[in-house]
Amino acid sequence: MKPVYCLSVVAFTLIAGAFLAGCGGPSGSGGTGGAAPIELLNVSYDPTRELYQEFNTAFAKQWKEKTGQEVTIRQSHGGSGKQARAVIDGLEADVVTLALAYDIDAIAEKSKLVAPDWRTRLRHNSAPYTSTIVFLVRKGNPKNIHDWADLVQPGIEVITPNPKTSGGARWNYLAAWGWVLQKELDDLAKLKDPSQAEAVKQAQDKARAFVSTLYHNVPVLDSGARASTTTFTQRGIGDVLLAWENEAFLCLNEAGGDAIELVVPSATILAEPPVALVDGVVDRRGTRAVAQAYLENLYSPEGQRIAARHYYRPVEPDKADPQDAARFPKVSLFTIDDAFGGWTDAQKTHFSDGGVFDQIYKPGK
Amino acid sequence: MAGTVRLRVSPTKAPQAVRDPAWVRVLLIAITLLFLGLFLLLPLVSVFYEALRGGVRLYFASLINADAMTAVRLTLLTAGIAVPCNLVFGLAAAWALAKFEFRGKGTLITLIDLPFAVSPVVSGLVFVLLFGAGGWFGPWLTANNLHIIFAVPGVVLATMFVTFPFVARELIPLMQEQGSEEEQAALVLGAGGWKTFWHVTLPNIKWALLYGVILCNARAMGEFGAVSVVSGHIRGRTNTMPLHVEILYNEYNFQAAFAVASLLALLALVTLAAKTLVEWRVRANMGQDESAETPTPPGGGMTL
Repeated sequence: MKPVYCLSVVAFTLIAGAFLAGCGGPSGSGGTGGAAPIELLNVSYDPTRELYQEFNTAFAKQWKEKTGQEVTIRQSHGGSGKQARAVIDGLEADVVTLALAYDIDAIAEKSKLVAPDWRTRLRHNSAPYTSTIVFLVRKGNPKNIHDWADLVQPGIEVITPNPKTSGGARWNYLAAWGWVLQKELDDLAKLKDPSQAEAVKQAQDKARAFVSTLYHNVPVLDSGARASTTTFTQRGIGDVLLAWENEAFLCLNEAGGDAIELVVPSATILAEPPVALVDGVVDRRGTRAVAQAYLENLYSPEGQRIAARHYYRPVEPDKADPQDAARFPKVSLFTIDDAFGGWTDAQKTHFSDGGVFDQIYKPGK
Repeated sequence: MAGTVRLRVSPTKAPQAVRDPAWVRVLLIAITLLFLGLFLLLPLVSVFYEALRGGVRLYFASLINADAMTAVRLTLLTAGIAVPCNLVFGLAAAWALAKFEFRGKGTLITLIDLPFAVSPVVSGLVFVLLFGAGGWFGPWLTANNLHIIFAVPGVVLATMFVTFPFVARELIPLMQEQGSEEEQAALVLGAGGWKTFWHVTLPNIKWALLYGVILCNARAMGEFGAVSVVSGHIRGRTNTMPLHVEILYNEYNFQAAFAVASLLALLALVTLAAKTLVEWRVRANMGQDESAETPTPPGGGMTL
């Protein structure tokens, strides 16, 4: 019965192949010298890929020089909310570098892996770099888009991801909302002034109407910032993309500047993507020292320089190369604390189930 | 080797009266070819075109890249574990279902089909619920420093789950059709269980089995949804080839993305070639049986 042997040979080859591949797989990071080699996992959000690719190499080199220990940093990227969810579900991140504080709060609250006071453990609210929300339009700006008000004109297609899953999308949404508040109230301090309650209410109503109209102009809600960028640049859908400033600069570089151009609105939000040590994981894995050094290194001159080179606004700009720092357009920035009283409130009011976003966004309309 | 349903049509010999007019045939063939070209051939060609656009050297450079190699290795490892496991399981299940009568048989068949019926995302989430940090076994796994989800075992498990029915589904109808007379004859003639299996059952089902294995393998290598949920997307660790393609694409690294995609496409082509070969062998085998056992009736048409 020859074919039977044939079959067993096939099966054997498959199993043998599996074993060989298995042996080759996990032992990839071997190597000797200094202390035992160590591995860190940095769970991050979408647009930081290029930034951390460079930063990881620089940090590994520096750590090796300082301690003689080999360190490999693994990266995982995705929508900020999705990544936080994965860490809660057991993805063993030594450090998280996410798009917004709320996502790290969620990890702290739901899994207790991060200490609740994480925001104060590093300088500048644990945000070593900041960014903001800007517009990308087609070359020559054919639809004449210069500020937030132009986005709600009829016939304008706005591309922005889904605030339910994407951190960047939440910043986009809040930037639009905050711009209306700023315009109506002049001074965001009035939001906390009881004597201005009437004016504040009117401004909030206007903001709600504005954002509602804006989302009627959104043809597709992608799940992450990078997916939206691809929709706009590769698939050619939409007239304007609301994007992270760093993502916008990256796009301009990729597209060579002859297909799209950057538009900076009159006022926009200061986005502080925070970083945190995942205490539960580093203590279990014994990686606290190196993970702590990794995060602190983001504030070092080298870290700030790399951030600026990748179009993140360094929080200590004097450490960055002057020509890199000069690339960031001057723009009036408001913070989430000014306009919304912090992430917890903003999240609860706007993005929770049944929140304002759910009320104003009706798909297919 | 009788008992299987055979269907053979020889259109060249069909009588004039039942033939379509020439223009209908030309039109139908043209539409089919156009459709195939537009929806199958063009995308396939474009994958290779994009992959090779930067030159052959860049093409191989993006494949030799450490992360890409890990992805290839992980994909092969996953298929290498999932396929043999499902082969053994599929064979056992089909054997039990086709040769024996027992209570709950219908339920078992339905259960085997379950992975076909649920969305791959759900298949992935099931494992998160079971083995995730907050899942049923999560605390125990953490306490024992075992990693299933967001690690290689999770990827393998999800793949096994998704490819579960392929072999069994391929074998069950055939084995049911064949019945158990031959096995009974073998047993009566004094053969043991193993001997009966190797010399009677296996030769009867070998082509269907191989066909199931090929399909199973194709899906195991290409699975995206379920694996995406449980992988954690750690570069150089838990990225399979399909996940790696997506990551590269999202990094504006189109050339590398298409290079890895072309590798996947090549695997698919090899699978297709193997599948065609198997089908051809099956047909050749049947033809042999037929000419040996029963002469083909004159005039062709359909023989049952």
